[in-house]
Amino acid sequence: MKERFDILVIGAGPAGIAAAVRAAESGARVGLLDDNPAPGGQIWRKGAALPASARSWIAKLDASPVVRLHGWHVFGHPCSGVLMAESTAAAEREAAELHYDKLVLATGARERFLPFPGWTLPNVMGAGGLDAMVRGGLPIGGKRVVVAGTGPLLLAVAAHLAHRGAEVVAICEQAPVGRLAAFSLRLLAQPGKVMQGIQYRWAARAAHFHTGCWPVAANGRGNLESVTLQRGNERWDVACDYLACGYHLVPNLELPVLLGCRIQSGFVTVDKWQQTSIPGVLCAGEPTGIGGVELALLEGQIAGLAAAGRADAAVGLVQKRSRSQSFVHALEKAFELDPRLRAIPSANTVVCRCEDVPFHALGAYGSSRDAKLHTRCGMGPCQGRICGAATAFLFGWGGDSVRPPILTASFSSLAAASAPAASLASNNISNQNRKDTDTL
Amino acid sequence: MPDSSISLLVNGASVSVSPGTTVAAAILISGSSTRVSVTGEPRAPLCGMGICFECRATINGFARRRSCQVLCEPGMDVRTP
Repeated sequence: MKERFDILVIGAGPAGIAAAVRAAESGARVGLLDDNPAPGGQIWRKGAALPASARSWIAKLDASPVVRLHGWHVFGHPCSGVLMAESTAAAEREAAELHYDKLVLATGARERFLPFPGWTLPNVMGAGGLDAMVRGGLPIGGKRVVVAGTGPLLLAVAAHLAHRGAEVVAICEQAPVGRLAAFSLRLLAQPGKVMQGIQYRWAARAAHFHTGCWPVAANGRGNLESVTLQRGNERWDVACDYLACGYHLVPNLELPVLLGCRIQSGFVTVDKWQQTSIPGVLCAGEPTGIGGVELALLEGQIAGLAAAGRADAAVGLVQKRSRSQSFVHALEKAFELDPRLRAIPSANTVVCRCEDVPFHALGAYGSSRDAKLHTRCGMGPCQGRICGAATAFLFGWGGDSVRPPILTASFSSLAAASAPAASLASNNISNQNRKDTDTL
Repeated sequence: MPDSSISLLVNGASVSVSPGTTVAAAILISGSSTRVSVTGEPRAPLCGMGICFECRATINGFARRRSCQVLCEPGMDVRTP
């Protein structure tokens, strides 16, 4: 499949949706690509009533002429102005050669996982991970759940699971209560967020909320049976069916790095119009800084307008964005990881889940690359997306270089990528491709 | 069960799910784990968003599909180790 777009947006979360909608309003031919079957990214997943702003943005997207490419993941960048993608749908393994003039990267974020004994047991998932599974049809009614880790996601997940009938027995936030109180005070400037926090806490009011607390072990034979929690010098076991544990978010940087975008302090550097260091490539949302939905919507709109040559229409949004950006710093500070979390893995705790590399095998190495070459840590299908954030925290390693394919792809797709029609003239692709997105 | 439930096979056993259910959820509902690790540990989905690859399953003959990103369809044949 070959397609050509004026503006191609990668990622159909809030930032990507906002970028695509605004770009299309200018008359540009816009494509929106995402690996999930439905738009909304992680935070606007169906399975529970979507908030009004989500419904409104998705309705705008549905009403727009944006070409929708759901169920595709990008794996390569064979030459300037071209991305290669493969379908994630079960029925076919098709490759797509996507040509663009401007690119908006809205690849979002993923959870940070820190290893602890037993974390590979079935039914130990991320906080967003269990939430996503429940939205995807996993029954949770009557199940005992411990929610743990760090970040605003914990309360939101606990509230949603409780709403779906789970018994949330405990919420364990590693940040100390003093830091959370300071964070809450900063939030007073944004009463909407305070209300949301109160609503979440109320929804999961039966759960014990512990601060300065984290899981040190997941226990069970075959399946999870209980979690051992630690707070200061106290340790105690909680019987449960699921552990939803995630330590805040890290950005999905693989595609920006593949394209050569400048990364600073772990995020993509952008100017006031969301333009990266690579001409024609813009970036919006969590990859520029973990800042939540409102900031993602602002950045997405600015990127879409700027890509379409309508930066003049984005001036008001730029002003609003600078007010929201303080939230990024507030989040980072509030949910900084306690150094004692580094002491949780035991010698045999698996760190690289894809290749079963244990903690004791890694201490001898000084970099991700060395560890990968000697132990296979990071060499599995996730390409270090899970263990990378863990080893960065545990050992201070930076990531290894990113090389294509940035997600596993079949040989036929890789072969298609090796010979893109770089000289494909735009008049060779007919406007018939504009319709019938169901056939993609 | 609502009238519009979807029937599929997981490791030969019939499972009925609501529309919009992912294959990963169907695998867990059927009582299976999704994969077996390099050292023989049973594994199940971790991230729920297509990043961890613990949810890999063979769907309609295609191996190693990330089942958390695939919706159940009637008559699907899902296999896990």
